[in-house]
Parts: sequence; C-alpha cells; structure tokens
Amino acid sequence: MSHDHSLNPETMPQEPEKATLEGKNKFLGLWFFLGGETVLFASLFGTFLALRNSTADGPAGEEIFGLELVFLMTMLLLTSSLTSVYAMYHMKNNDFKKMQLWLGITAFLGIGFLACEIYEFYHYIHEYHFTFRSSAFGSAFYTLVGFHGGHVAFGLSWLIAIMVRNAKRGLNLYNAPKYYTFSLYWHFIDVVWVFIFTVVYLMGKVG
Amino acid sequence: MSIAAAQKKGFGAVIWDYLTTVDHKKIAHLYLFGGGFFFLLGGLEALFIRIQLIKPENDFLSAGLYNEMITMHGTTMIFLAAMPLLLGIMNAIMPLQIGARDVAFPFLNSLGFWLFMFGGVLLNCSWFLGGAPDAGWTAYTPLSTTSPGHGVDFYILGLQISGAGTLMGGINFLVTIVTMRAPGMTYMRMPLFTWTTFVTSVLILFAFPALTVGLFLLMFDRMFGSAFFEVSLGGNAVIWQHLFWIFGHPEVYILILPAFGVFSDIFATFSKKRLFGYTAMVFATILIAFLGFMVWAHHMFTVGLGPVANAIFAIATMAIAVPTGIKIFNWLATMWGGSITINSAMLWSLAFIPSFTIGGMTGVMLASAVADYQYHDSYFVVAHFHYVIVGGVVFGILAALHYWWPKMFGKILNEALGKLSFWLFFIGFHLTFFIQHFLGLMGMPRRYWVFLEDQGLDIGNLVSTIGALLMGVGGLLFVINIIYTSVKGEKAPADPWDGRTLEWAIPSPPPFYNFKQTPLVRGLDPLWIEKTEGKGEMTAAEPLGDIHMPDGSILPFIMSLGFFIAGFGFIYQVDQKAWLVAVFAGMGIALACMLIRSLKDYHGFHITKEELEREAD
Amino acid sequence: MKGWMGKFKSVFLLSLLALVLAGCGKENLTALVPKGYGAESSMNLIILSSIIMLFVFVIVFLVYVITLVRFRKKKGQENFIPKQVEGNKTLETVWTVIPIILVLVLAVPTVAATFDLADTSKSKDGINIDVTGNQYWWHFSYAGEEIQTSQDLYIPTGEKVYLNMQSSDVIHSLWVPSISGKMDVNPENVNTMYIEAKEEGVYWGKCAELCGPSHSLMDFKVIAVSPEEYDQWVEDMQGVDPEAQPQDAVAQDGKAAFEENNCMSCHAIGSSPNAVGPNLTNFGDRSRIAGILEPTKEKLVNWIMDPESIKPGNKMTNNYPELSKEEASNIAEYLLQLQPSEITPESAGN
Repeated sequence: MSHDHSLNPETMPQEPEKATLEGKNKFLGLWFFLGGETVLFASLFGTFLALRNSTADGPAGEEIFGLELVFLMTMLLLTSSLTSVYAMYHMKNNDFKKMQLWLGITAFLGIGFLACEIYEFYHYIHEYHFTFRSSAFGSAFYTLVGFHGGHVAFGLSWLIAIMVRNAKRGLNLYNAPKYYTFSLYWHFIDVVWVFIFTVVYLMGKVG
Repeated sequence: MSIAAAQKKGFGAVIWDYLTTVDHKKIAHLYLFGGGFFFLLGGLEALFIRIQLIKPENDFLSAGLYNEMITMHGTTMIFLAAMPLLLGIMNAIMPLQIGARDVAFPFLNSLGFWLFMFGGVLLNCSWFLGGAPDAGWTAYTPLSTTSPGHGVDFYILGLQISGAGTLMGGINFLVTIVTMRAPGMTYMRMPLFTWTTFVTSVLILFAFPALTVGLFLLMFDRMFGSAFFEVSLGGNAVIWQHLFWIFGHPEVYILILPAFGVFSDIFATFSKKRLFGYTAMVFATILIAFLGFMVWAHHMFTVGLGPVANAIFAIATMAIAVPTGIKIFNWLATMWGGSITINSAMLWSLAFIPSFTIGGMTGVMLASAVADYQYHDSYFVVAHFHYVIVGGVVFGILAALHYWWPKMFGKILNEALGKLSFWLFFIGFHLTFFIQHFLGLMGMPRRYWVFLEDQGLDIGNLVSTIGALLMGVGGLLFVINIIYTSVKGEKAPADPWDGRTLEWAIPSPPPFYNFKQTPLVRGLDPLWIEKTEGKGEMTAAEPLGDIHMPDGSILPFIMSLGFFIAGFGFIYQVDQKAWLVAVFAGMGIALACMLIRSLKDYHGFHITKEELEREAD
Repeated sequence: MKGWMGKFKSVFLLSLLALVLAGCGKENLTALVPKGYGAESSMNLIILSSIIMLFVFVIVFLVYVITLVRFRKKKGQENFIPKQVEGNKTLETVWTVIPIILVLVLAVPTVAATFDLADTSKSKDGINIDVTGNQYWWHFSYAGEEIQTSQDLYIPTGEKVYLNMQSSDVIHSLWVPSISGKMDVNPENVNTMYIEAKEEGVYWGKCAELCGPSHSLMDFKVIAVSPEEYDQWVEDMQGVDPEAQPQDAVAQDGKAAFEENNCMSCHAIGSSPNAVGPNLTNFGDRSRIAGILEPTKEKLVNWIMDPESIKPGNKMTNNYPELSKEEASNIAEYLLQLQPSEITPESAGN
C-alpha cells in the first residue's frame, strides 16, 4: 500500500471516493449518520406538528409567514444541491479546478440561504414580536427551522474548510471521500428543507 | 510506534498511551473500567435505596436525597454502566470475531469513549454541586422542567454528551461489520454476538436521536425560556414522554440484544454444539429490534391516549413474546444433546434462562393494557424490569466477562471465587426482586421514599433489602476476583474453552494488530470447522505482508474536555451570564479539534513484514 | 447439580414463605382483592395472563432441568463430540406457533377490556367529579352539586362515578388499587376515568407518578357508601354554613386565629371554588390529616406548626405567619370540629 494517493488521469479509479477502505468506510458511515439525522428531524417535525396550533397569545403561522422569501430560499438551496452534483461530476472526471469552482458556487448559494433565514427570523422578531419564547408554537418553529439552519451553517464551515485546505494539493484518494461525504450531507439538508417548506410554511399558510 | 516500543513502559507512558489510544482492545479496557466504576456507584445507590426501605417510615435518607438517589441509580445503571460495559465487550470482541484488525473509525471509537466518560463525570459532578437530578431517570416534564437547582441541568448535559458518544460507537460498529469482515465471513456466518452487535448498533442509530431531541427541548425550556412543556404557553408535557420512550424502549433492546448474543456464543461453546436454529436466531433478533420501535407507548398506557392506541400498542407488545420465545427454545435445543460443561461463565448463562423467562413473562403480562393499569408505576414494574435488566443484561455482562476475560486480559478468572460470587448474587437477586411483584400488586407504587406503617408492606420490603445486601456481597466478591486474578491468576492459552469462533484463533491477549494474516473463513464457527475438518488452525487469506495501522491521537480527549467545559457553561449561564465564556471556550476547543482532525492528514503507519516475522521467533 | 437445584429451590421457597406471611396485602389497599369494577377487570386479566405464563414457565423449566441433568458432561466423556445439529423445522415451527396462539388468547380479552374501561359515553347520566391533582394533595369538586372537598372522596356503591382529572402543577396519577387501576392526571388535558365500588368501605388511594419529594405521602381515601347514605352526605355538605360559629370558646378562638392568619386565602370552607390549598369543609370527618396522619389534635398541631417536617416540599410551609403553640392548638380544635355529616369514614365501616 502506498502513501502517495495523489491522482493523475491515467491511474484514477472510477469512483475515487470509494477506492480505499477508509473512503468506503466514510461513505457508508455518513449514510448511517444520515439515517440517525432522519430520526432527529422526524422527532423535531413530530414536536412541531403537535405544537403548531399552540400559539397561546402569540401570532400564528399564517399571520406572519411570507411565502415569497421562503420560495427564494428554497430555490437557493435546491440550486446549491444541483451545483454540488456538478462538482462531484467533475471530481469523477478528475477536474479539480472545476470541482472547486462548483463547490464555491454551492457555498455562495448556501450563504445566501442562511442570510435570508437570518433576515426572516429578524423580521419575525421585530415586526411581529414572534420569538422563541412567545408560545409553544414559537419554540417549536425556531427549534425546527433553527436546527436546519444550524446544519446549513455547519455544512458551510465544513465545505469551506476542506476547500481551503485542499486548494493547493489537488484531488487525491485521501480527500476525495471528504468531498463526497460533504455532498451527501448537503443533499440531505436540502431534502429536509423541502419538508420544512411543505410542513411549516405551506401547511402553515394554508391550514 | 513499533512493536518493541509497545513493551515495557513507565506509568506515565501507560497513561498517555490510554489517553491517545485508538486500538479497539484498549478502548474496550477503558470502557470496562469506566462502566465498572459507574456500576459500583449505581450499586451503592441501590443499596442506599434499599436501606431506606428496610422498614416503614424510615428516615435513613431525606425525601429529596431519596429522589436524587433513585434518579441517579437508574440513569447511572442504564447510561453509564450497562451500555458502556456492553460497548466495551463489543469493542474487545466483535472485530476479532469478524477477523478485522481494528474498527472502521478508530478515532471516532476513542472519541465515543471519552464523550461517554466526560458525560458521566459531568452528571456525577452534580452530587457535589448542589444536588443531583431528582425527577427520576425518565425526567417527566413538567416535574423536570420545574425541579429547582441545577440537578436536572446536569442530567440534560451529561446525557447529551455521553449520548453523542454512544451514537458514534453505533455507527462505527455498523460500518466495521459491513466493510471489514474477513474473506469468507458472510453475514450468515457471523457469530451471534457480532449479529447482535450489528442489530444493537442499528437500534442505537435510530433511537438515540429521539433522546437527543428530547434533551434539547428540555434544555431549551429550562435554560432559554422556551415553552415546549409550559402548559400556560400552549406547551404539552406528554411530548417528552413520547420522545423519551421512542428512545427508551429500543434502549431496552440495545441492552438485552448483546446479552442474547453473548449467551448464544457461550451455550454453543460449552455444549460443544453449534447454535441450534442459527437462521431463526438471527431473524428473531432482527424482528425483536424492529418491533422494539413499535411499542413505545406501552410505557404510557395510563397517560390517557385512548383505547385505540392502547389496544394497538398492547398487541404489538405481546407480539415480541414470539421471537423471544423462539430464542429461549433455541438455546435449550442447543444444549439438548450436547456435552455441557458448567463453569462460572456457563453458570451466569444458565441462570439467565429461568430468570429472564420470568422477566419476559411479566413483560407479556404488562402488555395487557388493562392489567397494566394496576401494574404501571408500581413495584411490579420495578420487579419486571430488574428481572430483564439484571437477569438478562447484568447476567449477560458477567457471563461475557468470565468467558472473554482470558482473551481480553490474558488470564483466567478464578473459578472458586467466580462460583461463590455467582451464587450470592443469584440468590440475592431473586430474593430482592421476586417479592417486589407482589409488593406492587399489594399497593406499593414505585419511587416511594417511605411506605406507611400498617399497610402490609413491611415483610416484603425487608426481604427485598436483605436480598439486595446479598447481591452487594456477590458483586464485591467479583471485584475481589478481578484483583486476585490480575495478581495471581493463571495465564490463559489462546483457546482455553475449546472455542468455535475466530477470536480463539489468536493469542490471549491478542497482539495490537490482532491477525498477523487475515484468516479465511469457511463457514459458521470457523475455528471449529478447522479443528474438526482441517488442520486445527485458521488458513490465511493473504500472504504475510505489511500491516497498516491508524495513528493514536489526543484530540478525542481534548474535544470531549471541550464539551465538558461547555456543559458547565450551559448549566451556570442561567445564574450568571459570565459563564457564557465557558460555553464559547468549550465549544471553541471542541470545534477547533474537529477542524484539526478534518484538515490534518492522518495516514497511519505500517508494521513491516520483517517486524512481524521477527516477532514470530 | 443437586446443590445447584437445591439452592434455586430454597430461594423460591423462601420467597413463597415470605409471601404467605404477608398474605395478599392489606385489605382495601391491595389490588389482589378487588372491590371495584376496574380492579376486577384488571384482576381477570392478571389471572388469565398468569396462568398462560405459568404454563410457559413450567414447560421451559422442565426442558431446562432435563437438559441439564441428561446432557451434562460425564466422567470419561471428555473427548465426546456431540452431533452438530443445525436446526429442526418442525420443532421451530411448533415453538413459533404455540406462543402466537397463547398471545392471541390474551390479546382478545385485553382489547375488549381496554375499550370497556375507556367507555365514558354515558358520563352525562352519572355522577361527575372534577379531580385536581396538586403537590401533594387531591381536590374533589362535585360538578352540579356545588360541593368542594379534598382528600376524602365520597362515592355511592354500585354506580359508575366519572372522574374528570387534571393537574394544577406536575403530572400525578390517581390509583385506588382495590377499586380501579390508575390513570395519569396531566396538567394540559382532562383525563376521564370511571370508578365503581362494589362494597362499602374506606379504600386507600395513592399517587403513582413521581411528583416531587412528598410523592409517597400523597395518600387519599375513597369512601364508598350506600346510595342513600351518599345522598344524605350530599345534603349535609350542601347545608354547610361557612360562617357558622363553633360552640365552645376554644374553637371560636381557633376560628378567629384561622381568619387572622390569612389561612382562608388558600383554604376554603364551604362550596367556594378556591382550592389553592385543601378545602376544609368536612375536615373533622376525615380519616387522615394531610392524607397520612392519624386525626388527633396533637398530630394536627404538629402539622400546623411545622408542615415541612411531615411533608417535605409542601406548599404550605412559610406561606403563613408563625403561630404560637396556643394559636395552633385553637385552630386545630376549630378544624376538628368541622364535622358537617353523620356519614364519615367510620360510619362507612371497616
């Protein structure tokens, strides 16, 4: 087994992320982790659904949610998922520069999403005095959406860290799994957001 | 680190070695030590509880202290004793049983242990800092959200930190079993203990996040003024019960399934027969795990969920009796026609069958919702789950320790002491808990600080306390046995029990790379096959070559320390905002460690072929 | 082998002996001697499930003992290698199917009883009592009758009484083992259960959900009397004049002290719905002080002077001015004279 895992186009395996045992383990481990994350968000969704009408004296969802902003956020995050797919496509073609470029765009879109979310929360708190402490609904809303936002923030830090770290050393069998697992995580966050968009905002606005 | 450097080290070097180790066998030692320590602590708490209940209206403990004692006894035994002891045994044995050199994520393995340890220490710090949690190990809201002082805060943070560690352990074992089995070790050739480790890990993965969420909600309510359980703001206290039991019921199976695996291996070995109905055993394990997620509300029959929910959960719960029954009969059939050796390991396993059968039967009785209206939260339930947890899990852990002690530590536990401690513990156990079924039905609710005079509960409680003291003596003798063995015990050969599975094919204790050459597996019970049909030892699946091993690291320790510091910060920032510094510092340390881990390349090191050959001489 | 079995047997016999000595527990507390509809319903299932389980246990234990006796390694057989059996389809099917049947036998009556005990559709026609669980006492409000009382719950025998239960603080659970199984008393919703006593008597009730330091001291009583006596009791309770002056001077002083020391901001006498603390209308009739103490003047004085030493964590401590021994004694005298009805725990027979 060689220490030198750096790639050149001739020796590159079809799936660099799974070419080593460590890579395979990381790939599989992240899938399992996402299984656990699913239960985490399912629990948060369950809590939210149980409390979504428990507004006490505070505002209800339909009074405050503005679908325009949320729609924009959805578009940002969905697009960022797509751009991360492009990045992985370029990873498999061993085109490091293009991969980094698309990941950069992914990060940019993610930051945009997060900025919108911060603005949204700020808006609710100052316009409607709707806070974490207003009612059980408020607690459940900020916790569910906030946990997702926290995941986005963590994902962004992770992405930026590996992008900066590997900017000069290029792609190799050691860091390919790191990129790949990140993209899996990012898709997961995206899927969770689709549920949040439906359950929290659409259902909140309609019913 | 070369092989030579691993020998003959000073005390400081040994400590440093354990702080930085990523070797699954050493991490197992740590888990066993940590879990053992908390087990003794939890046992001491149990004795205090029983002494308080030795006679009616006793004043040995105050009411508040008593509630702290029961809370900490339950929490400690479940999260800090039983689970880590099992994780320790899994760590030590499972990789050997599948012919692997280490686990998939050695770094995470170490991190998992240190998170558990720091979480446990944090929880127990509460004793010295104004009082332990006092809302029961189930921490039902709003009792837990309104409990004064910081006890429940320690409960929240302590469990959150140690729970994260357990989750990592679970993922690690799953990946290890999927990707790192030796050539020929198909799923349906894995020893039952490996199978139950696998299924248990799945349960950990899907159950713990529910607790994580529950603890977060509790934390937000207590520390940041949210209103999840605050009825005046629309909150709902029953949500906690759902989240807790969606975690809590699978947790029972997280504890008992590995014990089932242990017994399966032990019965086969000491009956000199292969496990009867292996396939049925595997599927029964999976079925139990699956059903385990469908039955959480049987802990909530009296909550007022309505007859439909109660009926559905009652039937689902009863269904679990079927796969469990299959297991019991398969174990009996394994012994039937065999050549049974009875030693300490086997005694614990044999004692398990009638004890656990009683626990399982009372489980079915409890599943009958209307009957449960009487049993619920009475001493009947206390008796039931101690028959399951002690009669199943603790017996399983002790059987496993006697069985695998030679493999883990290279010495055989003293048989005479082993048998003596078994009998005292076994008799004490039945004396303590059998009578409690009746105490419950006679009208004694659980978690009662005192029972009143003239309620017909005196004798039962006295008998129970005497039994508990016997258990205490039995437990103490086991500790003495460990000390005696480590000083004077006989050295163990590689295969002291005429074993059947891969771990007995390598020296006791194994070298740190486990298998010099990865073995080739030709069927279930691979070593037994080689003994009876082959040359008596495993055939190698690869030529002797360099072995790649992971680097040790101090980061897991520091990262856990960071969370520990942040934990204190979270708890005390409620009183004084200055403590937020500790939150940021602690989280900063932990995140910095994560960053270092992510950015630094860890390539590990190689043991060369030459070194391995030299060692063979 | 013999020693092994012998020891197991001795454990079993010792437990059994202790059990016989203790009997089935105290009458009117134990669930093993059911005196009410719910308790009988539970007991039927307890007996049915016990029989099924005992049957299973006996089989397991027999096979277990025979296996151990027959197949233990014998001298001279050290090298014997048993046949390696993989399994047996027939046997495995048998021990899968039989438990399924046994479970079904238990499941059917369980489901039936679950729906039966949850059927509160006729509650409008019956007696409805609003129950409030508090740390660490129970309040009972008779809907429609304008009766408020605490700690002692009067019900007529042979009739379904509907309890609409809610907590004012943490979760409690109402349990009267001889009459009925338990149901939780939650802060956020009203849980309804019905109880029906088959015999007259005083039944012990307990809180069965950990609710704080004095959880174990949250006892109460259910006093089941004949329907006629119950009607009498209702009439007596409705006729109480909260302003009535006691007969003797000591009690009059007690009443004055009771009023001066602001006791009434928490404790109501009569049908006032104020229930910050226990309602004291029929305090002198009650079987226990604070749910646990013998109803003597001395114990009551101790309770009034220092409730914390008796029920740790109770809400009365420090919420009233310090009382002199004499004041406390006078108040005790006054309270013990609050005996509006001839129908009491004593008359309900024991």
